Amino acid sequence: MTDLLEVRGVSKRFGGLLAVADVSFTLHEGEILGLIGPNGAGKTTLFNVVNGVYKSDGGTITFQGKDITGRSPDQVVHLGLARTHQIVRPLSGMTVIENVIVGACFGREYQSMREARATALEVLERVGLASRADTSARSLTLAAKKRLEVARALAARPKLLLLDEVLAGLNPTEIDLMITLVRSIRDSGISVFMIEHVMQAIMNLSDRIVVLNLGRKIAEAPPAEVVQNADVVEAYLGFPDIVDKLRGAQPQ
Amino acid sequence: MILRRPLLWAILLLAALFAWLPLRANNVALREDLILVAVAIILTSNLNLMIGYTGYVNFGHIVFYGLGGYVGLYLATVRGWHLVLAALVAGVAVSLLAFLFGIGILRLRGAYFALATIGVLVAVQAFVSNFEPWGRSTGMYVSFDAYAPLGGPRHALWTTYFLIITVMALSLILSLAIKSSKFGLGLFAIREDEDAAIVLGVNATVHKAIIYSVSAFLPAVAGALMFFKNGMIDPSIAFEYMLSLEGIVMLMLGGSGTVAGSALGAGLYERLRSYLLTSPRLSEFHLVIAGALLLLVMRLAPGGLIGWLYRLVPRSREVVE
Amino acid sequence: MSGILASMIDGVLIGSVYGLAAMGLSLIWGVMDVINLTHGSMIALGMFGMYLLFTAITGSSAYFLLIPVIAAGLVLGIIVYWLSVSWVIGRPILTSLLSTFAVNMMVIGIGTAIWSTSPYNVNFSLPGITVGAYTFTGNHIAAAVSAVVIALLLELFLYRTRAGKAIRAVSDNRDAAELMGISSTRVLMIAFAIGIALAASSGALVSTLFPFTILSGAGYQLKSFVVTVLAGLGKPFGALVAGVLLGLLEGAVSPFIAVSWIPLIEFGLFVLVLIVFPRGIFGRATA
Repeated sequence: MTDLLEVRGVSKRFGGLLAVADVSFTLHEGEILGLIGPNGAGKTTLFNVVNGVYKSDGGTITFQGKDITGRSPDQVVHLGLARTHQIVRPLSGMTVIENVIVGACFGREYQSMREARATALEVLERVGLASRADTSARSLTLAAKKRLEVARALAARPKLLLLDEVLAGLNPTEIDLMITLVRSIRDSGISVFMIEHVMQAIMNLSDRIVVLNLGRKIAEAPPAEVVQNADVVEAYLGFPDIVDKLRGAQPQ
Repeated sequence: MILRRPLLWAILLLAALFAWLPLRANNVALREDLILVAVAIILTSNLNLMIGYTGYVNFGHIVFYGLGGYVGLYLATVRGWHLVLAALVAGVAVSLLAFLFGIGILRLRGAYFALATIGVLVAVQAFVSNFEPWGRSTGMYVSFDAYAPLGGPRHALWTTYFLIITVMALSLILSLAIKSSKFGLGLFAIREDEDAAIVLGVNATVHKAIIYSVSAFLPAVAGALMFFKNGMIDPSIAFEYMLSLEGIVMLMLGGSGTVAGSALGAGLYERLRSYLLTSPRLSEFHLVIAGALLLLVMRLAPGGLIGWLYRLVPRSREVVE
Repeated sequence: MSGILASMIDGVLIGSVYGLAAMGLSLIWGVMDVINLTHGSMIALGMFGMYLLFTAITGSSAYFLLIPVIAAGLVLGIIVYWLSVSWVIGRPILTSLLSTFAVNMMVIGIGTAIWSTSPYNVNFSLPGITVGAYTFTGNHIAAAVSAVVIALLLELFLYRTRAGKAIRAVSDNRDAAELMGISSTRVLMIAFAIGIALAASSGALVSTLFPFTILSGAGYQLKSFVVTVLAGLGKPFGALVAGVLLGLLEGAVSPFIAVSWIPLIEFGLFVLVLIVFPRGIFGRATA
């Protein structure tokens, strides 16, 4: 099993606050790696460092054997690493299909407009937005906007997809649909690194989970072990309902 | 396929009309009116590339026109180059300079960039006012024999007219071509959400620098042609801040982001301005009316006239680009 | 005392007026995230306001006339707010830039129609102070003192009055302020009006220093932008200090360089500061 993404000793400081402190982990090709932790643990910050939105204050990030530390987000996409945002960022003035075409045009394959259009149609079909291709992105529901985020990222033909709380704000039906989508993405050969708070979902989806607390990694293991991990339970001790979910969410 | 787009034919038709109407009647007054409209269209459609397509407001757009005028006039008169060559070199020189300036100021976002463009205008004007080879604040004149290679002054006026019409058509066609290109898509993504665009793989810095530089080229060529035709240039007429502002009014009036809008807004406003400036009572209020017009457009119809058309007749969006 | 030192001290005096002008811009920018492009024309109106009052009310000290100018500035600010700002809050930057810009054009247009572009003067002089071979113009000193007094009054207002605290609350976090019952619309309107009044008062002071035209505001607007980015947003007193620094710089440089180069240097400084210090020297994160 090859290592697709290797993060070694990464830190990120904002003024006096150390948001991410000396975090190291590995993501294997073909796996779904979950990222959990209480609020403020530094999960989105870590994502932002990996995909180049923030420059790390130390440490290295290696993707497919190449050092990508300090590269800008647009460079990182061209190498095959795409991401979605926690708070969706559709290109509002453009249509759904135009949004996805942007992803295809400027993604790993630098597709031409014509190729991009074909890719976009295919991807929209996959995420279930094909019927809304020509509607303006602004008019979509939240669930649809989240699927648009995923579609845009997929259109870039990534090897690794970073999903930031893609289930947040969705109702149970929508969550199920999204879970199915994430599984199918992995099955099609794209590795997934996902931040989630919906414990049930992430325990079921992930092959392994990385747990952050106050900027530090406190666990990196399959879900069954993470759930038993004393440090993890303690980190969530202020949130008894999550602890219950952790205890109750034994993976099937 | 660009040939299938109705607007391309509309542009060619417009250019043909502009060329034919004054020529047929040998009507010099009409030609002089139309050349001002053509210049307005050139400036507005290139400004549209920055404001409408990329979402970056350029308050100092006129600097390209004025600087092109200086370079072109200098090369054509002092150096004795042929007008067309001088104009093209002026275009290239000004776009290169724009690229260099752009790399610097395009790191600034939104409002800061807008303010910096005023600074560019002020800076260039200050520099030119102190630049000896270009006549400092007195500027330069074109002596009559400079028109000789073009067949004398009368002939030269017609030649420059047709050249300006060509530049006008090229400006509009360029806007159209960019709009449906991959590069243009990158610009629109930047306009919608620059940070999201970068995460999607758009190299915003390069895109912005290129479009800023491209938006300078044809206005600079037009400047070279116009100031040569007018026979003189000096820092105050070359870098009239007012013309920059009017460019913005024209674009917002017609419909920012659309090719037809830039032409429509330029044409309408230019007629309005000519009327105001020649009317004895209203000429003083030219600036007030321009400002009021801009405020009304921003408040009531931010998409301009073409935006309003799109709302009335949604199908028109495909044809009237 | 050397000539350069005298020039620098004079620069500090005039710089405090730049600072006053910039305070208006910075306040509005910091509180409601709007870049007020009417700033220059409001400064110009302040100049003419002082001129009109001064010629109408003979025998008065120009400095007392600051009070009606400030009052008029507040009223004007409310009008401009409703015309071009109230409906752009929260909208894209482009909208607020263009709407305030449109009002700027209208004001300059009306001003040009009334007063043309001829230079005007407020003929009021205070006796100067002579130190050695150099005399510091009384007007310059009085202008600096007035600027500092107004700045102190503003600080008092912002930190000691309910309205001022409301403004600071809205500036920090508008949603939280609303949850606490502060009417943000009214607060924004008041903050904007104060910003305009500050601009007008700086114009009024400038009118006592130099001849002016309706177009003179533009130069001070550029200086205000430079000062505001130097100081960072939302720190009015920082703007005063940065203004003084700018004046000092001008004073140090002007004996050597022709006046027409100064806007160029200011532009260069503006861009440089934005690229190197995006947060300004004193202030918080910019928009």
